[in-house]
Amino acid sequence: MKKIKLLVNAMALGTMAFLYLPLMAVAFFSVNNTKYGLVWKGFTLKWYIQLLHNEAILHIALNTLILAVVSTIISTILGTALAIGMGRFPWPGKMNTILDLILHLPVIIPDIILAAALVIAFGLLRSLSSVFEPGLICMIISHITFQVAFVALVVRSRLISIGKDIEEAARDLYASTSYLLWKITLPLLLPGIIAGAMLAFTLSLDDFVISFFTAGPDSVTLPLYIFAAVRRVVTPQIHALATIVLFVTVILVFTMERFTRKKDIQ
Amino acid sequence: MAPDKGMLYLKGINKTYGSVKAVKDVTLEIKSGEFFTLLGPSGCGKTTLLRMIAGLEIQDSGSIILEGKDITRIPATKRQINTVFQSYALFPHLNVFENVAFGLRARKIPEKELKPKVQTALDILELGRMSTRFPHQLSGGQNQRVALARAVVNDPKVLLLDEPMSALDAKLRAQVQVELRRLQKQLGHTFILVTHDQDEALVVSDRIAVMKDGQIIQSGSPDDVYDFPKNRFVAEFLGAANILSGKFFDGMFHTDVGNLELDVQPSWEHGVIAIRPEWIKFSDTKPEQNGVRAKVTEIIYRGTNLDIWCEPGPIRVKSTTYKDFKIGDELWLELAPKELVVLDE
Repeated sequence: MKKIKLLVNAMALGTMAFLYLPLMAVAFFSVNNTKYGLVWKGFTLKWYIQLLHNEAILHIALNTLILAVVSTIISTILGTALAIGMGRFPWPGKMNTILDLILHLPVIIPDIILAAALVIAFGLLRSLSSVFEPGLICMIISHITFQVAFVALVVRSRLISIGKDIEEAARDLYASTSYLLWKITLPLLLPGIIAGAMLAFTLSLDDFVISFFTAGPDSVTLPLYIFAAVRRVVTPQIHALATIVLFVTVILVFTMERFTRKKDIQ
Repeated sequence: MAPDKGMLYLKGINKTYGSVKAVKDVTLEIKSGEFFTLLGPSGCGKTTLLRMIAGLEIQDSGSIILEGKDITRIPATKRQINTVFQSYALFPHLNVFENVAFGLRARKIPEKELKPKVQTALDILELGRMSTRFPHQLSGGQNQRVALARAVVNDPKVLLLDEPMSALDAKLRAQVQVELRRLQKQLGHTFILVTHDQDEALVVSDRIAVMKDGQIIQSGSPDDVYDFPKNRFVAEFLGAANILSGKFFDGMFHTDVGNLELDVQPSWEHGVIAIRPEWIKFSDTKPEQNGVRAKVTEIIYRGTNLDIWCEPGPIRVKSTTYKDFKIGDELWLELAPKELVVLDE
């Protein structure tokens, strides 16, 4: 028995190491005082400082941020509306299953398929308007496309945990539909909405495949830049950049986790 | 017939879910200021009926008339009927005061009027000092009172209570039942309670309707329903009952335990009668009428009384006087004719 327990623990530790060692290595090299090689030459922050003085990278970071913020705001609004619409209207049973499937599909679908589909769609739309030239607007629309499903799923699970009783009680107490929405449904959904928004933001921040297919020359984002840079040569600056992106993502995931767990109804 | 304040009339209500008939042709008249109880086992349609009165569910056919006005097409939001939900359904993000004030705010009652109203409701339910607390900081009993205050503050024409005591422990429940009845008499509102707890129904109600399979089997005052159950289901659902089956001929009811005289002539030849355990008397000598010689087979101590099971039958008897019963004792049971209730089936 004891041996098996030891083995299980060792395997768990091994898996953790497998998952996190590469990331740790990146963080390690981002503060290593040498341009090449795998040997520790002392601690430095100069790669980070160089990074902050690199105009091109700052511009790219700004691009990434605009893309993430705008797409997150829009997809959060749409996703929340979708979740409420799906959860609160008396669709017949079969329709509900179909809606559920439609909602899950963008989550399961390989990014590359969605990206290819978007390229074709934008190609068609381009004949109508030059707005759909590859660039930031196309990227925002594309990111919203996959973010909406994630936001809706998170909000929907929150909606289910709230239950219908509370909304029925509000209606029983003379609340009109809009009063109910503003005073009861949205305040109670807020943790779910925030968690959904954070998830959407993280996904947009990290997205490579869909951005790669829809980006224009002026709308390079950090993941695209890192990819291009790594293909030439891996510099410590890239390590620093990757570490920052990683750090931001980790903070977002932790915050999201807190919001989803906090204050469960009763 | 002048429409009474708070008088509710249900006419031929039907409701079907898929292939299940939840409520079958229910017609009911509930008087103003009455404490009315829908009593039945789970799945009998009592909650569905309540939800239709609230407007949270729409019946397939039939109409609901409140004070002479047909409210069938009026949505829940506009019905002057409020509900205390089984789960209480308090708003977790609002404090007690705001929970209670919700119905008034939704109707845009000015702050000047709202405050004293909420305060009065809080005081009636002894929640005055809790007004700034949140539901998760209160006990189950306190939350239940908030749910009550939230409903009564709106001065509803009819107050609906959906198993409001099922989440409370037995001792608290007994206390709340008495308080609930007192509150109803104090306010003079019409209350409709849904419950599966027969004790609760007997304690609080002016009138009880016993439901089964979507239909009302029997309605009447608590003592009426308890003393004169219409059929086996009502007899067994409300309290304990000994059911004896047999044949009626030559003016006597012939059963396994002996031949019994009845006060009421049954309309059937083969059927059942009921007698409650506490209506059976013991004696050492043979009673004049309907004596049954029996042997004690089991004694159950209940604190306030003993439950004695006897053969033949088995017949269950309730003993409240002290007597040293022992298993195997032989005694006479008197099943007096006036205590025997002839049942429909």
